[in-house]
Amino acid sequence: PHAGPVESKNEAAMSELVPEPRQKPVVPMKPVGINANLLGYIGIDTIIEQMRKKTMKTGFDFNIMVVGQSGLGKSTLVNTLFKSQVSRKSSGWNREEKIPKTVEIKAIGHVIEEGGVKMKLTVIDTPGFGDQINNENCWEPIEKYINEQYEKFLKEEVNIARKKRIPDTRVHCCLYFISPTGHSLRPLDLEFMKHLSKVVNIIPVIAKADTMTLEEKTEFKQRVRKELEVNGIEFYPQKEFDEDLEDKTENDKIRQESMPFAVVGSDKEYQVNGKRVLGRKTPWGIIEVENLTHCEFALLRDFVIRTHLQDLKEVTHNIHYETYRAKRLNDNGGLPPMTVETEENHESNL
Amino acid sequence: SPCQNEEKRNLSLGGHVGFDSLPDQLVSKSVTQGFSFNILCVGETGIGKSTLMNTLFNTTFETEEASHYESAVRLRPRTYDLQESNVHLKLTIVDAVGFGDQINKDERQVSPIVEYIDTQFENYLQEELKIRRSLFNYHDTRIHVCLYFITPTGHSLKSLDLVTMKKLDSKVNIIPIIAKADTISKSELHKFKIKIMSELVSNGVQIYQFPTDDEAVAEINSVMNAHLPFAVVGSTEEVKVGNKLVRARQYPWGVVQVENESHCDFVKLREMLIRVNMEDLREQTHTRHYELYRRCKLEEMGFKDTDPDSQPFSLQETYETKRKEFLGELQKKEEEMRQMFVNKVKETEAELKEKERELHEKFEHLKRIHQEEKRKVEEKRRELEEEMNAFNRRKVAVETLQSQSLQATSQQPLKKDKDKKNRSVITGNQSGVSLSSSKVMITKANVEPLNCNSWWHAIQCCSCLVKNATWREGFV
Repeated sequence: PHAGPVESKNEAAMSELVPEPRQKPVVPMKPVGINANLLGYIGIDTIIEQMRKKTMKTGFDFNIMVVGQSGLGKSTLVNTLFKSQVSRKSSGWNREEKIPKTVEIKAIGHVIEEGGVKMKLTVIDTPGFGDQINNENCWEPIEKYINEQYEKFLKEEVNIARKKRIPDTRVHCCLYFISPTGHSLRPLDLEFMKHLSKVVNIIPVIAKADTMTLEEKTEFKQRVRKELEVNGIEFYPQKEFDEDLEDKTENDKIRQESMPFAVVGSDKEYQVNGKRVLGRKTPWGIIEVENLTHCEFALLRDFVIRTHLQDLKEVTHNIHYETYRAKRLNDNGGLPPMTVETEENHESNL
Repeated sequence: SPCQNEEKRNLSLGGHVGFDSLPDQLVSKSVTQGFSFNILCVGETGIGKSTLMNTLFNTTFETEEASHYESAVRLRPRTYDLQESNVHLKLTIVDAVGFGDQINKDERQVSPIVEYIDTQFENYLQEELKIRRSLFNYHDTRIHVCLYFITPTGHSLKSLDLVTMKKLDSKVNIIPIIAKADTISKSELHKFKIKIMSELVSNGVQIYQFPTDDEAVAEINSVMNAHLPFAVVGSTEEVKVGNKLVRARQYPWGVVQVENESHCDFVKLREMLIRVNMEDLREQTHTRHYELYRRCKLEEMGFKDTDPDSQPFSLQETYETKRKEFLGELQKKEEEMRQMFVNKVKETEAELKEKERELHEKFEHLKRIHQEEKRKVEEKRRELEEEMNAFNRRKVAVETLQSQSLQATSQQPLKKDKDKKNRSVITGNQSGVSLSSSKVMITKANVEPLNCNSWWHAIQCCSCLVKNATWREGFV
């Protein structure tokens, strides 16, 4: 039985329950499945509680970036999402401030708490994007900022003496605001999303959706989806990262029906049917932000915060960051003492 | 350049946002991925390690007893997939087989254990340093807890125990337990525990302390810390006590119930190990023991962090320089080998050329010798021919002379003969000597020397007669 390839030999050795005496400690064998429910309660499932307690103690980081031309309602939307004044406009900047000549990156951090869960939320605003006459390469400062955060994290990770918890400033989610023209995406939109969907999770959002009727909305969404597909733009949740069938079906539904979310933001409250709701008051009625028949804000909120927040972070960490890291290390010549393959190749040549 | 203005403000929320579901989101992801937990059991053979594991996890992992005759300590890991409600646990139990059995309990007892622990750290480090890595579905084999089984002598720790625990305390979370605790009485046990803890402290052994910083578990953990080391009894057999079947050991004098807290600390161990601190054990292993290993390993290899004001990312630079060095060395070696090869080729070529030349010379030399010989032989042949010719001539001359002398002796006295002879001699002799001095002539005749030794013989022998005998006057 030793004539076969190396892998099968290892597998055969590993599947034995009673191994022959081996000199060296070896990789643990293939696991033997045992259903512990058989003989009474052990308590393994308490690890969930233990883990939950620990994470609540350490708290969470979340960094969200908003990109879009000025006046599309970015700051208002972010305030609505987190039900507090988190945007740059609310923390001291003047509304009449001049539009900057180039794209600026402004990050503001807040600590918010809910139900015992502490979250350090950072909102990254990009004033000046798409506002110039010549908007060529206006996504470059944004791409640069995102890569800088990856670089910062990498540097920390690579230290000899590392911090217990590396501060995470990487952008987990980028909300891209599409102007509700009703026609199609603009060249700037396509260019931006093409470049940045490879480095960050992009969630396209149709801003100021209260300017479109229901039919116009549906049509516009369809057209936008088509255009994104034609241009090969993979927005979050990306198809290739669906882990299992369950994920796939769930995400397919979101990708093909709900996204891009057509939203309306507001931080003002009005009385509707005896309830106080967030909304926009117009001569022809009150648009309720959290009413699903009026707009899709609630869908966006649930999607980003209540169901996929952790996943946004994980995709950023396990995929976008790893891609950056691999590219960076490759460009720098790799890590020769660790990769044994290089040495072996050389030896065989000699 | 991007301006980052980070103010951290505490904000109050205007309503329910919903991120309090974050822990659930995180946990459900972990549940899907599954958990790993790796326990190392160190203790003498037969002290009850396997039984305790079986009791802790309510199942029979081991079916056969370990032998006492192992030649060396070896580590035997076994992995099991346990499932409880929706939690999947990959449990690996590593046994240090043969520990404490050798006659000579030198460091070879401990070093295989240390090696195994280090190897698991090394594997993780390798994965972490890869360019393309997949840490999130990496099967973590690092040891999260080491259960050290103390023999229930009732007196104190053995020196092997102290040596082993001292070597392991910076690499793994150690929880010492007193095995087979049903062999000690309560009072002895109390004294034993105190003795053990004081010995550990005085020898500077750092055992795992249950964490007391989280208020939720601080109280229970600090109470438990005071009960260390846990005195345990393990059993997979069930005995009927009252009207219940409990896990116990049946003796003639009574029944020791495993899950009875007044009998032993098994329940405490299970609480602490599994139900309260399993996650903390994993976290400590990763953030403390692994980080220490990583730091030491990288420093050993010559990497160092930067001081605050020098270039950033020196690890990359160090990698780069090391890589260049390494490649440079390889190139040099390659060059050397190539040079050596070229030289060898040249040498061999020269040798061959030399040999060729020698052969050629030899050939020429031989040719010359051969020609020389040929020439010599030719000469000899000529000489020989000449001699032969000369001989023939003489022969002819002699024969002629002979026939003349014979004619002379048969007819007249010698005078006439002499004259005839003279004449014939004269005619034979071209020197032109006068007739008068015939004697002289005859003596002077160019004739062959006498072969005969005596006068008598000379007369007898016709051919010698005409030869150059010493003619005297009066002879005839």
